[in-house]
Amino acid sequence: MKHFLLATTLIFSAPAAMACETVTIGDLTVEHAWSKATIGAGRPGVFYVEIKNSGTTDDALVGITTPAAGMPMLHETVVQDGIASMPHAMSVPVPAGQSVQLAPGGYHGMLMELTTALKEGDSFPVTLSFEKSGEVTVNVDVLSLRAEGPDCADAGQ
Amino acid sequence: MLGVGAYRTRNRPARSEVLPVPIGQMTWTLTDHQGRLVRPSDWAGRPVMVFFGFTWCPDVCPTTLSDISLWLEELGADADRLIVALISVDPERDTPDVLAGYVSNFDPRIIGLTGPADEVAQAAADFRATYRRVDKEGGDYTMDHTAGVFLFHPDGRFASIIDFHEDRRFAVPKLRRTLS
Repeated sequence: MKHFLLATTLIFSAPAAMACETVTIGDLTVEHAWSKATIGAGRPGVFYVEIKNSGTTDDALVGITTPAAGMPMLHETVVQDGIASMPHAMSVPVPAGQSVQLAPGGYHGMLMELTTALKEGDSFPVTLSFEKSGEVTVNVDVLSLRAEGPDCADAGQ
Repeated sequence: MLGVGAYRTRNRPARSEVLPVPIGQMTWTLTDHQGRLVRPSDWAGRPVMVFFGFTWCPDVCPTTLSDISLWLEELGADADRLIVALISVDPERDTPDVLAGYVSNFDPRIIGLTGPADEVAQAAADFRATYRRVDKEGGDYTMDHTAGVFLFHPDGRFASIIDFHEDRRFAVPKLRRTLS
C-alpha cells in the first residue's frame, strides 16, 4: 500500500517536477521556470521564472539564451492608459535581499524564432546571464496555453 | 508571497471620458472563428464581454483568456447567455482558421472575431479601443492594443471595463452585475 501511494504521488507530481526544481548560482536562487505551449513555431513562446537574491549585492538579469529559440529577449508588459505594449527590457533588476518574478503581465522572456512548436509536457533549457553572478541554466517546463503557473508546493504566487 | 519589485505594472486606469457606444449603435461586421458573419444586432438582448488582442501575443492575450476562462467556469451556467468575444487587432495574420485553433485552448464559450482591416477599425472605434502596429527588426511585428475587458448589459448599454491589472477578485462580481 505504501508503495502504491508513493507511485501515485510520483505520477501526479511528474509533470511539474522540472518547473519545481531549484538551481542556485552565488547568492541567487532560480526556480519555477515555465513556459506556455505555442500553436506552431511561428508565434513567439514565453518564459517565466522566479529569481531570489539572498545576498547583499544588487544584481540584474541581462540576457537569456536557449536552443529552443533563435532570438530570445527580455520584455516587459506595460499597461499605460489602458493600452498594453511590450517594450524590450535591457535588463531586469534583481536587488539585494529581494525576489523578482518574470510572470504573466510583467517581465517575461519572449522566445522569438522558435526552432519547433512548444508542446505541453515538453521541457527545454534556458541559460540566464546575470550581470554579477554569471550564467546559470534552468530546465523550463512547457505548460498548457491556459496555465497560470506551475503547480509547486512552494510556488510563490 | 509576491516578491518585492515583481509586477512592476505602471498600471494606470484607462481614460474613460469617452465611453463605448451601446452595442445596438455599433456598425461593424466581422467574421467569427467558424467563418460566420457576426453583426452587433446578433447580440441584441444578451450581455456581452469583449477583449481586443491577437494570437501572436505571447503574454497579455493568453493571460487574459485564461482569466476569462476561469471567470466563466466560476459563473457556470449563469454565463451561458453571455457573448464572449476576442476581436483580433491583427487580421492580417488572424484568419478565422487561425482564431479557431487559438480559441480552442480556452473556454468553449469564447469566440474569435476578425475581418477586413476597415471593419476591425470600425469595431475598435465603436468600443473606443485603440491598437497600433509596432514593427520589429526582420520584418516581424507586434501590436499594442487596449488590454481591458469590455462589459455590456443585455440591453446593449456599456457596463464597465475590467482593467488588465485590476484585482481579479473583483471581476466575477462585476460580471454578475452585468449579467442581471
